[in-house]
Amino acid sequence: MTTGVGVELNDLTRVYGTVRALDGLTLHIEPGEFVALLGPSGCGKTTALRILAGLDEATSGTVSVGGRDVTSVPANKRDMGMVFQAYSLFPHLTALENVEFGLKMRGRAKGDRTTRATEMLDLVGLSAHLNKYATELSGGQQQRVALARALAIQPSVLLLDEPLSALDAKVRTQLRDEIRRVQLEVGTTTVFVTHDQEEALAVADRVGVMSQGRLEQLAPPAEVYADPATPFVAEFVGLNNKVPAEVTSGQAHLLGMSVPTLAGSISSGAGTALLRPESVTVTADPAGTSTVKSVAFLGPISRVYVALADGAVIDAQLTSAAARGFEPGAPVTVGVEQTRLLVV
Amino acid sequence: MRTAARGALWLLFGAFFLFPLYAMADFSTRNLIKGGRTGAAWANLFADDALYQAIVTSLLLAVLTVVAMLVVLVPTMIWVRLRTPWAKGVVEFMCLLPLTIPALVIVVGLKNVYLWVTYLLGESALTLTFVYVVVVLPFAYRALDAALSAIDLKTLAEAARSLGAGWPTTMLRVVVPNIWSGVLSAAFISVAVVLGEYTIASLSGFQTLQVQIVAIGKSDGPTSVAASLAVLLFGFVLLLGLSLLTRRRRSS
Repeated sequence: MTTGVGVELNDLTRVYGTVRALDGLTLHIEPGEFVALLGPSGCGKTTALRILAGLDEATSGTVSVGGRDVTSVPANKRDMGMVFQAYSLFPHLTALENVEFGLKMRGRAKGDRTTRATEMLDLVGLSAHLNKYATELSGGQQQRVALARALAIQPSVLLLDEPLSALDAKVRTQLRDEIRRVQLEVGTTTVFVTHDQEEALAVADRVGVMSQGRLEQLAPPAEVYADPATPFVAEFVGLNNKVPAEVTSGQAHLLGMSVPTLAGSISSGAGTALLRPESVTVTADPAGTSTVKSVAFLGPISRVYVALADGAVIDAQLTSAAARGFEPGAPVTVGVEQTRLLVV
Repeated sequence: MRTAARGALWLLFGAFFLFPLYAMADFSTRNLIKGGRTGAAWANLFADDALYQAIVTSLLLAVLTVVAMLVVLVPTMIWVRLRTPWAKGVVEFMCLLPLTIPALVIVVGLKNVYLWVTYLLGESALTLTFVYVVVVLPFAYRALDAALSAIDLKTLAEAARSLGAGWPTTMLRVVVPNIWSGVLSAAFISVAVVLGEYTIASLSGFQTLQVQIVAIGKSDGPTSVAASLAVLLFGFVLLLGLSLLTRRRRSS
């Protein structure tokens, strides 16, 4: 059991030519915490991770790990385990030798490192593949070995740079859950970079949503989803309908209903409400002014696309059982559940 | 039909390449005065002191050239790819440049430089190593470049660094084993170039194997042909070794 350490990125800036990849990023991570950095391509999340790993240099700002300033410490002296997006196993070594590599660099005795490497491969469920080369392993297995290799050195921080993005959907979900299980087991402070919101929301203690080199919000997954701090977070996390709304004294008026607004919304006047599909209600109503356009069946849930009276189409998420009653062309009434909305 | 065509092609190419070698073997073992066979020309390779010295010099030159080329080129190419990718074009151009400059121009151009080399290191033929490293650059560069392009160098190097390896360890234990076939190719091509080089050595006045072969050829045909054949066979064995080594690595 490893005790995690705290990580602090303070006012990090990284400039490439005229591009500011990081623009004053400040991020404090608690010991043993699993933080996911989420954002679109080019938002700076990978740059932040690489600077934390020592593989890139910040233009300004500091990095400290366990209270120690490591800003100018080279990557090989930072004591961090990293799993990369690309398959990174050393092709000339077996799975076992790959996992032993970091221990060898630390001068551990042969017997000692073989025991530790075998334990780690067992932890990721690959004890039957110790002597296989990377070319003999599937993508998911290779990333598992990479995870075992990163954890074998008992790193102070585990860094995961989109490790699942090259894998197919089923393996991705399995490995995602496995990463979380292993992280909870070893207790290492972990930073997980991803552009997949489902991945981030599923595994992290806190999710940091990034945009244009800045941290937009850092909060537990449920809070990021239900209480987005900025319009960017609201738009990026989850799907959203954009519906015209009128705001007066903390209440948004839309679709003939009134719901409270979230902090960060406009205080009064006309705006656009960001409405999640699961907050939209659809009721069969022969006198309704809206019409069902189509229904997409997605297994346990279905998406019902409804054309409003003004022609705008709104997307509602219902259980498949509830959606079964709706046929294209059926008249309906659309409403909003009593949740708080962000109006911008 | 296809098998027959393949067999015919094998025979044709086999005859084309092997017949000159057979002719050389035949000539070098022929007793030109009394008739019959003799191993005298082959014995001369060791008995003739000047020829023996030239063989040793050429082999040493080959080894030194390969070592110097690898020490200079491998880290440079890795570094350029990882840290200064913008310089790749410049390095490639510089490495390929010797191919476009005639040996005579190189010799004349290096005359002044070699005044310093001989002043500092003496008149040894081994000082040719410096020129030969330059001469083999285009061939070695191509072989190493192909090997480096076949691996994800950046990710492998970063993985090694994150696991605690310094730059020398990253290069020797992670990168080199994965470009080993390229390193071997570069080494063997360099050996072949050095063992086949005549112009620079001759114009610079050094007695390498090729210079000796030409000199002996003027008075003792069979011995010079025996030496030529020995060099060819040596090159052939090297290439065979390369192919076996890379095949074994691939299959493991």
